Amino acid sequence: MAQGPKESKEFNATSFFSYIQDEKKLMGIQCRSCGHLSSTPRPMCPSCHSKDVEWHEFSGKASLSTFTCISIVSVAMGKRGYGRDNPCCTGIVTLEEGLRVSAHIMGVDGNNPQSIKTGMALVLDPDELDPEDPALTFRPA
Amino acid sequence: MATINKKRRLGREVSIVGAGMSDFGAFKEKDSRDLFTEAFQEMMGHMDQGIDIEDIECGYLGNYSSDLFEHQGHTAPIMADWLGMTPVPMTRIENACASSGSALREGVMAIASGMYDIVLVGGVEKMTNLATDEVTDVLASAADGLYEVPAGLTFPGIFGALAKAHMDRYETNLDHLLKVAIKNHNNGALNPKAQFNVTIQSLMERRQARAQERGQPVPDWRTEMDFLNDAQANPWIAWPLRLYDCAPITDGGSCVLLVASEIASNFTDKPVHIAGIGQATGRPLHDAEELTSLSSAKAAAAQAYEMAGVTPQDINLAEVHDCFTIAEIIASEDLGFFAPGEGPRAVDEGRTALTGDRPINTSGGLKAKGHPVGASGVAQVIEIFHQLRGEAGDRQVPNANLELGLTHNVGGTGGTCVVNILRRS
Ligand SMILES: [Zn+2]
Repeated sequence: MAQGPKESKEFNATSFFSYIQDEKKLMGIQCRSCGHLSSTPRPMCPSCHSKDVEWHEFSGKASLSTFTCISIVSVAMGKRGYGRDNPCCTGIVTLEEGLRVSAHIMGVDGNNPQSIKTGMALVLDPDELDPEDPALTFRPA
Repeated sequence: MATINKKRRLGREVSIVGAGMSDFGAFKEKDSRDLFTEAFQEMMGHMDQGIDIEDIECGYLGNYSSDLFEHQGHTAPIMADWLGMTPVPMTRIENACASSGSALREGVMAIASGMYDIVLVGGVEKMTNLATDEVTDVLASAADGLYEVPAGLTFPGIFGALAKAHMDRYETNLDHLLKVAIKNHNNGALNPKAQFNVTIQSLMERRQARAQERGQPVPDWRTEMDFLNDAQANPWIAWPLRLYDCAPITDGGSCVLLVASEIASNFTDKPVHIAGIGQATGRPLHDAEELTSLSSAKAAAAQAYEMAGVTPQDINLAEVHDCFTIAEIIASEDLGFFAPGEGPRAVDEGRTALTGDRPINTSGGLKAKGHPVGASGVAQVIEIFHQLRGEAGDRQVPNANLELGLTHNVGGTGGTCVVNILRRS
């Protein structure tokens, strides 16, 4: 693969969130030695320990594997208007490629968890990213 | 993972010969050093054959976050000073809510190595200085701060997601979770040290009586389930978890005295032996093999069972890490007491109650006894110590042949798990 400037991004969380913000892309890593995929970029393959890893773009298509609607929220989510009256839905999301990520779920009713269905189709929502406090966000497809 | 399955033995046997804990609760006026000193004094006052403080050679202190809770780092030497033990070495161990489980393990290995004969291990946490949302953030810092916390996950949130996954996969429902809370409060009501030394039935009746006194409408709850299903009395914290599914915010300290088994009889006729220890790490929930289990718990348990040469069915009772009700159910499956998905039925059938065939959390668990996070692992060991010695008072398990007890102490959301198996002498 060509070593363009984008390929030189370091394999870390800063790059992960800047890809989402700047290029609207969900990027993880793939190990060139064993093929292992990681949704959380890192400089070493956690499976075979090779340092020969490269960026891998995920489609952003996913499904909801499990979730919670949080009423007692973190200070950061409180600042974004979540709380007892507006619970924050957060889930474990399975990417089309089979890996999972933790993500904030927008566009669902946190006050009505019964209306939120595990298995529902989701897509990456790159426009919600707050550069001050970046969070991976998905919404119903 | 061949290395994790390697058979391991302690270099020599280690025993517990004394135990003490502070009251667990919310104590505005006390700092962590006061709580730990209380625990220590209780231990020293209850050594069967006494001990000289000067004979303690080394210490390990479990403490999660005095830095954030009290603006106090480097807590171990402060404890050594307050106990009058300087210059004896004391080391703080931080593994989130498994801090003192790991501290105990370090103490066991320090003796097994031959370096020391008498070691103090314990834990302490002073949590109630902060407001609830600040405590929530401090606890969340034990999860992955780059990928879990920014998504909005709190501790209850992660266990809420585990609960939802368990409910989707098995027959688990909200009533099963509440039944764990009821059971643990029933046990906590028999434990004078417990933060909630009271049944949920009594809490409900007190609320009704107070409403009556004040001339307010009296809620018409008739059963504990009515009370727990009332969204006012038991509000959502992180659906599907409610207030009574969560362990409280607690101040408390705990400690035990470990000695080389060959000298245990100098201190007591009833030492409790460390039969097996295990500890393992795990990845965040999104990278876990399963969403209904903690892999670190299974790995730590496998190590402990192997070292002790026993099976899950040999264990008479256990203290497990019920930071949330669902966590107790999952623990009972991860430890092999019940098959995956069978934990809820075991709760329904009363098998994990004090009078059941596999009592779990006779102390009240973290739910009712309280959860001063850094102190909880050793506090679990203290309950098993007292049960195996037949000195657990009103909550003594009605089984004259108690021989093996187990503790299961989880750090974070399974990033760490420590499992200990204790044997009566
Ligand atoms: Zn690899």
